[in-house]
Amino acid sequence: MSTSATTIFSPETAARFDRLVTLYPVKRSALIPMLLYAQDEIGYISDEVVAEIAQRIGITELDVRNVLSYYSMLRTKPAGKYNVQVCTNISCMLRDGYGILEHCKKRLGIGHKEVTPDGLFSLEEVECIGACCWAPAVQINYDFYDELTPEKMDQILDDYQAGRGKETV
Amino acid sequence: MPRLVSHPDEVKIISRRFGQGATDIDKYIELDGYKAVQTAIEKGADWIIAEMKASGLRGRGGAGFPTGMKWSFVPKQSERPKYVLVNGDESEPGTCKDHVIFLHDPHAVVEGTMIAGLAIGAKMGFIYLRGEYRYLLKIMEKAVADAYAKGFLGKNIFGSGIDFDIVTQTGAGAYEVGEESALMESLEGKRGVPRIKPPFPAVVGLYGGPTVINNAETIASVPHILLMGGEAYAKVGSERNGGTRLFGISGHVERPGVYELPMGYNLKKAIYEVAGGIRGGRGLKAVVPGGSSTPVLKPEEIDVGLDFDQMGKAGTMLGSGGIVVIDDQTCMVEFALRTIKFYQHESCGWCIPCREGTDWLKKTIGRVHAGGGVDKDLDNIRYLAENMMGRTFCPLGDAAAMPTIGFIKKFRNEFEDHLNGKPCPYAHTEEPALV
Amino acid sequence: MADVTFTVDGKKLTAPAGTLLIDACKAAGIEIPAFCYYPNLSLQAACRMCVVRIEKMPKLQTACTTPVAEGMVVQTETDEIKQARKATIELLLGNHPLDCPVCDAGGECELQDMTFKYGAAESKYIEIKQHREEQQWSPVVYFDRPRCILCYRCVRVCGEGMDVWALGIQNRGVSAVIAPNGQDHLNCEECGMCIDLCPVGALTSGTYRYKTRPWEMNHVATICTHCGDGCKTTLGVRRVNDGSEIVRGDNRDKSGINGDFLCNKGRYAFDFANRTDRLTKPLVRQSDGKLAEVSWDHALDFAAKKLREIREAKGGQSIGVIGSNRTTNEENYLLQKFARTILGTNNIDHHRTADYVAFAAALADKSGHTAGLRDTGSAPAILLLGNNPTDQHPALAWNLRSNVRLNRSRLYVANHAEIKLRRQAKSFLEIPQDGYASLIQYLAGNDGAIAANDNAAAFRDAIRKEESLLIIFGSEYRGRDIQALVDFGLSLPNTKFAALGDYVNSRGAADMGLLPDLLPGYVPVTKAEHFTDEYGAALPTAPGLDLLQMFDAAQRGDLSALYVVGSNPVARFGVDPDALKHTFLVVQDMFLTETAQLADVVFPAANLYEKAGTVTNTYGDIQLVKKAADKAGVRTDFELIVRLADRMGADPKKLVPFGKGTFADMGQSRGAQSGEADRHAVWLAANHLEPKLSPFDPFATLDEIQRLVPSYQVSRLELLTGTDQPEKFGLVQIQPATGRRDLVLPADDSLFTSGTLGRYSGMLKDIVESHTTPNPAETAAD
Repeated sequence: MSTSATTIFSPETAARFDRLVTLYPVKRSALIPMLLYAQDEIGYISDEVVAEIAQRIGITELDVRNVLSYYSMLRTKPAGKYNVQVCTNISCMLRDGYGILEHCKKRLGIGHKEVTPDGLFSLEEVECIGACCWAPAVQINYDFYDELTPEKMDQILDDYQAGRGKETV
Repeated sequence: MPRLVSHPDEVKIISRRFGQGATDIDKYIELDGYKAVQTAIEKGADWIIAEMKASGLRGRGGAGFPTGMKWSFVPKQSERPKYVLVNGDESEPGTCKDHVIFLHDPHAVVEGTMIAGLAIGAKMGFIYLRGEYRYLLKIMEKAVADAYAKGFLGKNIFGSGIDFDIVTQTGAGAYEVGEESALMESLEGKRGVPRIKPPFPAVVGLYGGPTVINNAETIASVPHILLMGGEAYAKVGSERNGGTRLFGISGHVERPGVYELPMGYNLKKAIYEVAGGIRGGRGLKAVVPGGSSTPVLKPEEIDVGLDFDQMGKAGTMLGSGGIVVIDDQTCMVEFALRTIKFYQHESCGWCIPCREGTDWLKKTIGRVHAGGGVDKDLDNIRYLAENMMGRTFCPLGDAAAMPTIGFIKKFRNEFEDHLNGKPCPYAHTEEPALV
Repeated sequence: MADVTFTVDGKKLTAPAGTLLIDACKAAGIEIPAFCYYPNLSLQAACRMCVVRIEKMPKLQTACTTPVAEGMVVQTETDEIKQARKATIELLLGNHPLDCPVCDAGGECELQDMTFKYGAAESKYIEIKQHREEQQWSPVVYFDRPRCILCYRCVRVCGEGMDVWALGIQNRGVSAVIAPNGQDHLNCEECGMCIDLCPVGALTSGTYRYKTRPWEMNHVATICTHCGDGCKTTLGVRRVNDGSEIVRGDNRDKSGINGDFLCNKGRYAFDFANRTDRLTKPLVRQSDGKLAEVSWDHALDFAAKKLREIREAKGGQSIGVIGSNRTTNEENYLLQKFARTILGTNNIDHHRTADYVAFAAALADKSGHTAGLRDTGSAPAILLLGNNPTDQHPALAWNLRSNVRLNRSRLYVANHAEIKLRRQAKSFLEIPQDGYASLIQYLAGNDGAIAANDNAAAFRDAIRKEESLLIIFGSEYRGRDIQALVDFGLSLPNTKFAALGDYVNSRGAADMGLLPDLLPGYVPVTKAEHFTDEYGAALPTAPGLDLLQMFDAAQRGDLSALYVVGSNPVARFGVDPDALKHTFLVVQDMFLTETAQLADVVFPAANLYEKAGTVTNTYGDIQLVKKAADKAGVRTDFELIVRLADRMGADPKKLVPFGKGTFADMGQSRGAQSGEADRHAVWLAANHLEPKLSPFDPFATLDEIQRLVPSYQVSRLELLTGTDQPEKFGLVQIQPATGRRDLVLPADDSLFTSGTLGRYSGMLKDIVESHTTPNPAETAAD
């Protein structure tokens, strides 16, 4: 169906989706990866994304919404180009994760789940990201930054601001 | 990039290839990689299961179920295809051991998955990583692709006539999916809600077929066990607790990190010697010994061996091996609040006691921490938690209730210090925002 | 499965192995509470209310997921268990609004009942409850989120039961919420099953919400007046100034033929009865050509006098009678008796929606080959030919789906359209619209009957391998095709049949002889001896005019009078109003329909919810109709026929032979507020007669029906207790004339229409309008 002109995705993503649905014993297993990859490309799960993915998998849009609303990484509104996710769970909290969060709030001028006016950054307080032994840790999109201090955090944000940040997709 | 650590007391079995470039398949092969699977093919399923049973390996996800026994529950004959499902949805706060396995030794996971498949007669394996581990997923994807390229995966592996495929899968942010039946739901493209048991996955699992679900660390241990022999592996650990384990020591220690220690290793030693003691020379207030769901230990309770049985006797659990060390300048109410906030956020909402219980615990503890507590709140917190214990659909309810009971029992004085409009006498951070 | 023995609360119980503990206990009278468990839906184990203590198990176990096992020892009400349930309720009440005094569910709420039982009276929390505004999801479904306890019954019944899947669950944890498929509204079949199963007041009905309290209503279980399935619906009625009004329809006790099911019409489309434009006074056409309200005396005398004059001047053959698909068996029977013995005519007919005559003929002398509605939920294999039950027989569709889902029944569907039930079908065969007869030939072994294809061959092979088959066919089959179908079916080892017709008493209308050539029980008018003896009067022996012939006769000026009871043939058959210019037309109806507008006399009639009697659904299940509502000014068709006969000089005691039988009605059939008993009493007192029997007692007529129609000789006792009784169709003796016109005109109703009656339901109108693609189905007649 990627070859169909109706797709809202890039040819690469559409091709990837074509393949994804063939990997599993049932098509539906591709749903969660597809939603995540769609979000990576579009920025969020729009109504159009829901519609196309429902059609690709052969389930109802309601089904897609039921699933997407369950997973905390999936969002139905745009985030910033760089989504700064600060872990404040126990291991990070003990090593000043909240300090990092406060620092980011001040530096970016936004709060939890807010986006900077230029759309470059959004900020999110998140649950444990599996970097407990290198706390405090932050994920910017999919990239991890650990053993942070406010100074290191500034440097990282500077890099992203200047377009020098890592961009794992 | 996660920093690798080292300590002389470590016994490096599962971590022996860490830091040696084993993400490269040729390097992995050079380091005895893909030997175990070939032996496994040669000797057959019964031998594999016998070795696994002999190894005394118990599930590294936290429940500690003997792996060999789990595999032996899968029916030999099945109308539906069987599957191996590797649980890499590592999400328990305090736990980051699978993180380093995927990062440093992805082929061990691939090889372990294949061996598990051989043991139960599955032709397909899934390696499920939490959505946040995208960079690790890429490493795993490459490892799988390289194994296919070498002909290790796919049709007729190692000329055995056996086919085996592996698919890597990403989650999208849900702690509950770490529960094995919720993991299957998620892999089937559904909400990560647990299933009714029985039937157990070994009989009716993924896509209705018999399924073995193992934690990534468990699976990564498998090739090592076959290489060194089950009995030899068992000897490394303590009684009924074979082998080693990756312990992630985090929080207020001098040298946090993931250390591989023999099962039964003393917790106090792990904190004070392996991890270098309490940061800045402060005193110890508490230890959460196996991820956030395990009941807290006080300093006088930590002279105990790190295995499933000894920790059980100490009134807590070995859990996921995530040891969180808390110094004497920490507010335990805030710590309890951060813990329950997590479980409230992650409750799937399926059953009433967990869905509502975590929420009321969060609200009540939050209010107490903020200075708005009233006398009955403390009994109420305990009443709530005790009425969740054992009553929820899946263990998440217990995971929220157990530590809460621990905090209120062992640190009730700190809760009392917050009552009646008093500000937090311990905390140095603001009231945590709501996620 | 083999039985196992186990102990519950010290009692030794026995149940088949595999039975769920909760069901086994219920069967033994031990009630285990549950919010999420609902029989025949998938298991949830989510509410944790059904926890019990099972010996040797470390934790409390959910009785809804535990199958009973040999030697199991169970406690269901210990202090530990009570505490667990109490704690669960406390948690629910933490955020549940305590708006019970205004909540629709108040008094019928499972959460309220459980709170009462387990005494979770103390509020443990001081936080403010989260409020959210109520949402309207459809004309009939409203959602009040804070009241929802997330039992998922609605989600499951919509998906698993209805195969609609319009409800889902979104978000997680404490934010989890039931969500409709249209994001802020529902796109669904509007069956209302979600509301029915909701244990609290989270889902409420647009027709009922905020109208009354459950305890202010009387609840009368009767039969739905709409389609041919004949579901039991319980009408909630309360007193109003002009009688008693229906406030609610639901499936309260679930004891009926429809089991758990009721569709939107049975649930909501009672509102026609409460309309202000209902006729409540007799109308007579005046010299100025307009209809005007007159007294009952005047109207009855006028109509009776005219009919008598016409009968005497021109003979009975100049009078026609058209009966109804929605009146009771007793009324239909009485109408034909009135026509034949008092008007002296066989010109009697009704709007036929299935060829029951051909069906009766095909099965004459063959007993045990008809299937009741209940059989459709248990037959191991079913062949569905034609029709679209999802729209036209919702209860049948429910049964077929449930049967496939729960019993792994094999459903074979052949249709010219891709009907929804193909999703449950083991095999679906698409055939041309005119290919139904050929299909039977093909199934019977004639390979050349249809274009060869593998699918058809596999379909035929599978059907012929079935050891027991239920064949359900739509009105696509008529006359000889039914004979061929039945012949084919009987060539298989064990076959039953069901013919699908459209309205609540279409089958009854045919059974009761609303036909020009057949008396009740399909006895040819030429062989009326038995009836002559019973009636003590001669009957016309020549077949009369059928419905179309009557209008042709009217057009020619050969029909001097026409008596139409509860029918709207002018709209349904597109009759030219001018055709009736010279015909004296008497109409009994609730509304001034297209037919009533042409009448010389119009009598305001009661509807099925305002009378007692019996009806027969399309499967031949005979059921009791109870009087629920009452409207000042209207009269039952039964009463009107009797009074008309009386005014024509006939003896009511001969028309309704009360006192002759041994059964009669002892009051069982009457709703508590009916007022009908009073009317009996008045008449009886005035005529110095024994109590409880009068010419207005339809059960005296049922006595006569049971004397004359062998297939209606069913248990009166069971019937009066509200149990459906299968008609003994094999007892029908019939030899229909060859070349007989079947005259079948399917109603073609959609899920949201119901002939003329449906047009008077505001709720159905709203539903039709709210659906983006309203079905432009024919909505006239009956």
